[in-house]
Amino acid sequence: MKAYIIQRLLSLIPVMFVVAVVVFFIIHLTPGDPAAVILGPDASVEEVNHLREEMGLNLPIHEQFWNWITKVVQGDLGWSIYMDKPVLQAFLENLAPTLSLALMAQIIAILISIPAGIIAATKRGTLTDQTFMIVSLLGISVPNFLLALLLVLVFAINFALLPVAGFQPLSNGILPHLQYLILPAFALGAIQAALIARVTRSSMLDVLHANYIKTARSKGVKKKVVIFKHALKNAFIPILTVIGQTFGQLIAGAVVIETVFNIPGIGQLIINAIMRRDFEVIQGTILLIAFSYVIINLIVDLLYGFFDPRVRLSAKN
Amino acid sequence: MEPLLKLNQLKTIFSTEKGMVTAVDDVSFEVYAGEMVGLVGESGCGKSVTSESILQLLNEKTTNYEGEILYKGMNLLSLSEEQMREIRGNEISMIFQDPMSSLNPVYTIGNQIAEAIMIHQKVGKKEANLRAIEMLRLTGIPSPEKRVHEYPHELSGGMRQRVMIALALSCKPQLLIADEPTTALDVTIQSQILELIQELREELDMGVILITHDLGVVAEVCTRVIVMYLGQIIEEADVKTLFKSPLHPYTKGLLKSIPHLDGDRTQKLNVIKGVVPSLQDVPSGCRFAPRCDFATEQCRENPPELLELVNGQKVRCWNYEHILREAKDHAVTTSENK
Repeated sequence: MKAYIIQRLLSLIPVMFVVAVVVFFIIHLTPGDPAAVILGPDASVEEVNHLREEMGLNLPIHEQFWNWITKVVQGDLGWSIYMDKPVLQAFLENLAPTLSLALMAQIIAILISIPAGIIAATKRGTLTDQTFMIVSLLGISVPNFLLALLLVLVFAINFALLPVAGFQPLSNGILPHLQYLILPAFALGAIQAALIARVTRSSMLDVLHANYIKTARSKGVKKKVVIFKHALKNAFIPILTVIGQTFGQLIAGAVVIETVFNIPGIGQLIINAIMRRDFEVIQGTILLIAFSYVIINLIVDLLYGFFDPRVRLSAKN
Repeated sequence: MEPLLKLNQLKTIFSTEKGMVTAVDDVSFEVYAGEMVGLVGESGCGKSVTSESILQLLNEKTTNYEGEILYKGMNLLSLSEEQMREIRGNEISMIFQDPMSSLNPVYTIGNQIAEAIMIHQKVGKKEANLRAIEMLRLTGIPSPEKRVHEYPHELSGGMRQRVMIALALSCKPQLLIADEPTTALDVTIQSQILELIQELREELDMGVILITHDLGVVAEVCTRVIVMYLGQIIEEADVKTLFKSPLHPYTKGLLKSIPHLDGDRTQKLNVIKGVVPSLQDVPSGCRFAPRCDFATEQCRENPPELLELVNGQKVRCWNYEHILREAKDHAVTTSENK
C-alpha cells in the first residue's frame, strides 16, 4: 500500500512537468506584454523596454522557462507583479471560496444524483425513469452560466429568497456562508449531478442483473437491502470514477460561476491574472490546480480498495 | 404421503416486446421429502424458469404465473412478497449454476452466509458467524474459521460452490433447488459436489430438485426424472424405467446422444436433428414433431396430452405404444442375431 502511494506520487513528477511546459509556452506565445499592461497606454517605449528587462522578459524564451522552473522546483511559485505578493499566498487567499463552492456543488450533486440514479434503475422503463433521464439530459445540455443566471432570476430576483451575488466567508457564520453559496453551488453541481445520475443508473442496471443479486433474493433478503447493500456497493466503482473526474470539471466550471456570482475564488484570480498578463500567477495557479486534480484522482483510486476487495488485493501485490 | 412440493399446471408467462411468451406451460409434478428429482432438458426448455418460478425470483413486472405451486399444501403464488421472503432461504433454497458469479464479490463469504442466518433465525451477528463457520465445516471446507473472512475471489470454483451450498443450507431448508450445480466445475469436483448434496440430503431429509442437462449425473444421484422440452414436461419416470425403456422419442434421442466408453468408436454419436424452435413460434401440434423421426399427421396437428401409464411412467406422445413395440421387436431381433 505504502509502496503504491509512493509510486503514484513519483508519477506526479512527469505529469506536473508536462503541465508546466504547456502552461508556460501557451502563455508566453500568446500576444500581450505584461510590461505594457502594467505601465498603461501612456507609457513610452523606453519605459516599457526598461521594465521588460527588469522582469526578464527580454531573455530568450527557453532561458525564461529555465529561470521559472528552477524556482518552482525549489517551491517558489513566483511573484505577482500586479498584486505584489507571492503567487502561493495569492492562491491560498483565494482558495477557501473555491473549495467551499466546489465541495458544496459536489455534495449537492451527489445527494441528488445517486438516489435519482438508483430510483431510475430500479424503476427502469417507467415514467419515473424516463422523467429522471430527460431531466438529467437537460442538466448536461444547459451550460452552467445560463443555469446560474436563470437561478438568480427566479430565486434571487423574483422570490428574493437568496442574495443575487457575492460571498461571505465561513468566519462570518455558517448560515450567511451557505446562503450566498447555494445558488452558485447548485448551478455548478447540475452538470455533475446529471452525469453521476446517468452513470449510477447504468451501473446499477448492470449489477441488478448479476447472479449474486438473485442469490441474495433467494436467501430471503429484503428488496431494499438487496439494492442498497448488495447492488450499490458493487455499482459504486464507476460512480466513484465519475465523481473523481467531475471534481476536475468543477474547478474549471468554478471559473465561470465565480465570475457570474462575483465570488473571490481561484477562478477570479486566474481571470484577473490573464487580463493583467500576470504570467507567474497564471502559471503557478494552473500548476496548483493540476496538482490538486492528480491528488484527487489518487484519493479516488485509493477509495476503490474500500469498495472492492479485489482491488485491495492487487494493491497488496 | 403428502408431497413436499406440488406444482399444479404451472404456467409462467413473460410479457416481452414481441408479445406474451409462455416459458413454462402446464407443468405439474411432485417432490417428496428426502427424494432427489432430476429435471432434465436442453437449454431453453424452461427448467430454470420453472425453478425460479417456485421461489418467484423472476422480474415481477414482466412475469405472470398461473396454476398452483403448493408447498406443504400452501399455494406459494398466493403469498405476499413478505411471506415469500420467509420461505426463500428458510424453507426452500437454491443453488445456482455459476459459483463464480453467484457470490457477491464485495462481501466476505462469512458475511454472506451469516446474513441468511440472521434473517431467518433471528440471531445476533456473533452467533450467525459461528453457525456460518459450522456450515462451512459441514460442506467440507478446510479451516473454516479462516475462510469466513475471505472474499469469493480468493477461493477456487469448487470451494465457491461449497460456499454456495453452505449458504443455501444454512437455515436447514426442506427443499433444495440445485440449478445445474456442477456444470461450471471440473469433472473431479463435480462428483464431490454431487456427493456432498447427496449426503446433506440424507442428513437433513430434504427434497432436492436437481436441474441439469447431464443425464449421467441424473443416473448417478436421482430417484425420479422429469424431462422437459420447450416449456412442457414430455416424460416422467423413475430413473431405472427411464433409462431402460424411455418412451418419448426425445428422451430416446437424449439417451442415445450420450457417448459410451465401450461403444463402437467408428459409429457416429446420435444427434437429435434440427434445433429447438423459439418459444415465440411453438409448433401447433406436438412440440417435438418437427424434429421427430416418428411424427405422423396427427402429431403435426394435435398436441398430445401427458398420459400416465400403469407403472406410473408419464409420457406426452401419440405414438409411444408403437415406439415401445418397435423397441421390443428390435430388442428381440438383436438378441436373435447374437
